[in-house]
Amino acid sequence: MHDAHEHVSLPQHRHHFETEEQQREAGSFGMWLFLLTEIMFFGGLFFSYLLYRNWYYPAFAAASNQLNVPMGAANTAILITSGFFMALGVWAAEMRKRQMLVWMLVLTTVFGCAFIGVKYFEYKEKYELHHIPGANFSVAMFVNPQNYPQYPDTYSEKPLAPDMAQKTQVFFFLYFAMTGMHALHMIIGIGLLFWLTWRAWRGDFSSGYVAPIENFGLYWHFVDIVWLFLFPLLYLINRHPLH
Amino acid sequence: MADEIHSDIHSDAHDPSNVTNPEHAEHHIVSPLQYCLVFATLLVGTAITVWAAYIDLGWANPVIALFIACFKACIVILFFMHAKYQSRLIKMTIGSGFFLFIVLITMTMTDYISRAWGTW
Repeated sequence: MHDAHEHVSLPQHRHHFETEEQQREAGSFGMWLFLLTEIMFFGGLFFSYLLYRNWYYPAFAAASNQLNVPMGAANTAILITSGFFMALGVWAAEMRKRQMLVWMLVLTTVFGCAFIGVKYFEYKEKYELHHIPGANFSVAMFVNPQNYPQYPDTYSEKPLAPDMAQKTQVFFFLYFAMTGMHALHMIIGIGLLFWLTWRAWRGDFSSGYVAPIENFGLYWHFVDIVWLFLFPLLYLINRHPLH
Repeated sequence: MADEIHSDIHSDAHDPSNVTNPEHAEHHIVSPLQYCLVFATLLVGTAITVWAAYIDLGWANPVIALFIACFKACIVILFFMHAKYQSRLIKMTIGSGFFLFIVLITMTMTDYISRAWGTW
């Protein structure tokens, strides 16, 4: 035990903070402020989703049924697992376990990359089906669902009228904007993870200096949370045909 | 270990005016067991979300999906992001962010709904 009057000073302690604890709280506070701007940023996207889903519900339901639920659900589990290892990484840093911290960061990165990998195959499928909004967009699947028995949820849908079928472009635009922005956050996070893993391996975070790991953890969990909403809102609109 | 060092920082001996840590917030380390429980809950929540989506519940489908997503987000924020163990300043900051988001949606929706008031 330290004497109560001893001034505890760790090397990372900046002189303009009274105590380590104050510095730590200021850091968390700043990180949370940044995350609030992120809530507003994704909030705008979620809001436009809400409006257009109400306007063009049949198009949203039909387009949503083309998305791959097993892949989306697997990706949700992958991302939760990645977040779990990140949380354990924060614990390892708190406990000053250098080797465990490095391993947890590596596992976080591996699952993060797996998520991006699954996303690649999903995007590829959209590309092949001409479901990327723009000049090459095709409504074939939504005006003639009976031609697509390999997509059971689409196959059982009623055909959309051509004008409503065009509105599936709005869904796919939001799908790519929202999952794309989410994936961009993941890619930035994976880049930071490489840097943090190298620093953790060097021993930067195993002597009581946890702030970078903890604050990166906040960012990584925030990105998880965005996906927890994206998955049901994009993939599971109408998997229970009402007709 | 880490706990001992931090418990001493909270002593008032070198902080008579009580400015550095006015709430005497203890630095809490969430245990791996707790993380495992949260992890399991999140996976179960995901399974229930998918399962419920395939049952026809009419208007309740999106409500259930969003309720589960909100519940999952809450436990991630409380435990993975340690919000439960933070000072009131941080808790208020988090709360204000979500409150502002609700204001954003409500105000914009109010405008949107009232644009064509009486003309439908």
